[in-house]
Amino acid sequence: MTPSSSTNIAISARGIQKKFGAVVAAADINIDIPHGQKLSLIGSNGAGKTTFVNMITGYIKPDAGSILLHDEDITGLAPRVVSRKGIARSFQIPQLYKELSVLDNMLVAVASQQPPLSFWRPARNAVAVQRAEELLQRFDLSEHSARLVGELPGGVRKLLDIAMALTRYPKVLLLDEPTSGVSADEKFPMMETVMRALSQEAVTVLFVEHDMDIVERFADRVIAFYSGRIIADDKPDVALSTPDVQRYVTGTLR
Amino acid sequence: MTMTTSSSSSAAASQNAYFYPALLLGLGSIIALLLIGLVIPKWLLFLVTIAAANGLVSLGIVILMRSGVVSFGQGMVFALGGYAAALAYGKLGITDALVLSLGGGLVAVILSAPFAYLIARYRGIFFAMLSLSLSMVLYGILIKSESMGGSDGFNMGRPTLFGIRAADEWSSYLNYAVTITLSGLCTLATYIYFNSTRGLVSLAARDNEIRVEYLGSSVQELIATNYLLAAFMGGMGGALAVIALGHIEPNFSYWTTSGEFVFVSILAGHYSVIAVFIASTVLEIVRSFSSLYFPNTWQLVLGLFLLAVIRFLPRGIGSLWEKRVKKQQQGERA
Repeated sequence: MTPSSSTNIAISARGIQKKFGAVVAAADINIDIPHGQKLSLIGSNGAGKTTFVNMITGYIKPDAGSILLHDEDITGLAPRVVSRKGIARSFQIPQLYKELSVLDNMLVAVASQQPPLSFWRPARNAVAVQRAEELLQRFDLSEHSARLVGELPGGVRKLLDIAMALTRYPKVLLLDEPTSGVSADEKFPMMETVMRALSQEAVTVLFVEHDMDIVERFADRVIAFYSGRIIADDKPDVALSTPDVQRYVTGTLR
Repeated sequence: MTMTTSSSSSAAASQNAYFYPALLLGLGSIIALLLIGLVIPKWLLFLVTIAAANGLVSLGIVILMRSGVVSFGQGMVFALGGYAAALAYGKLGITDALVLSLGGGLVAVILSAPFAYLIARYRGIFFAMLSLSLSMVLYGILIKSESMGGSDGFNMGRPTLFGIRAADEWSSYLNYAVTITLSGLCTLATYIYFNSTRGLVSLAARDNEIRVEYLGSSVQELIATNYLLAAFMGGMGGALAVIALGHIEPNFSYWTTSGEFVFVSILAGHYSVIAVFIASTVLEIVRSFSSLYFPNTWQLVLGLFLLAVIRFLPRGIGSLWEKRVKKQQQGERA
């Protein structure tokens, strides 16, 4: 029995390889992520973090290797299929519907979780609105419910982006740089809000992050990437103190 | 939690607060228009009939516009529906106006279906040009088909309704009544669709396709479905127009005909279903009066009119009242 076949493993990446021309984005990546773990992916720009996330969500197909979600092979499936199987994601630049209100953005997400989409069932039905408002409340977004997304500040957009990803009760949630573009003062309160909201869900969280204080505080485990390879995989305090991470990621050792 | 429940029930109540009045307003408008038709002059009766039939085709384009694409080839389904109705009348002896109209829509859907998934892969100008090319292929086939009258087309007799053939003086009214009823019901159905879960996700796809896909829906499937809905409306519009005109010709599928439907859709915007029929009626009125007073330059008048609308109402006529309704709803929610 391989480690990946254990039902406690939410995501198992086996021998993942990906090249963009001469650039190696993933060189034989092997990662097992246990259910319920909060894993942070760190690394400098171009290290392969987002490529790894994109391969899990089906946006990019790996050249070789396989990705399993609770023992089911999801390698190369389209993003919508991966999403239906239980992997949700938020984006570095929040992917929202700017012409719609915050509540309507949530209602799009809620509507999408009940395929097939109905031609006559009102989008603003009581059950959908209740689920949308419950999530907005959990992310402290209720006061923005009627506002158009185009009018919202960056931090609120980030929270909405994550709240939308949660509507499908995902097994795994991927957060791509959840605090990027958010002011230093707002980062910790924002992540506190996110983690408090996620604590009510039995969800495995994988987040890409550049702020090492955030990583140290909120991650159970850290994987550091460099040139498409894993250079550290351990608890935050241990991983962040390894020479390779200090040299290639945090830049504290030269 | 209490707050959530109460606010959600208020939001649901707010949904009902404008949904049922709209339903009543729609049905009331159909009845009112049917009554008005009894007193307006014949020329206006015909003008509104054609405007409503053409408006149906433009309504189909508006459905597509809401999912982020514009068809420049709705003349194809317009012609398919028209030819289907005229051929069913002439060759099969089917004379009922309702059957001919619904049949026209159905034939347009069946013949458009093989292209739906293919065309739904394209966006922007590529979608527009591909739809245009399909309509021009049909135009080329029709103009060369002597069995269907070639470039002259062929005539169609007066229809019946539930087995009754209307007397001469009521013939125009019968066409008007069928067209208004079917257009009104399609408008109501489209309104319900726009407010449905699929309608909302379609609108979201216009704004951000990536997110729609990551939330688990297929944008290609959404657009393909909307393309078929637009085909049904276009086909029905074609059949109704042929019933009113009593004649069909390949020009139904010509690019300038498709252009007029797009013109009406832009004029209306994608915010309101009623606006489409207002825009279509405005086009017919401008066309009628301009061709009377400026026979050689009426297209110039039409162009200037469209420029003015784009300048002052870039989101179309419908944005005039839809903005107000949205603000009111946001106020209620807040």
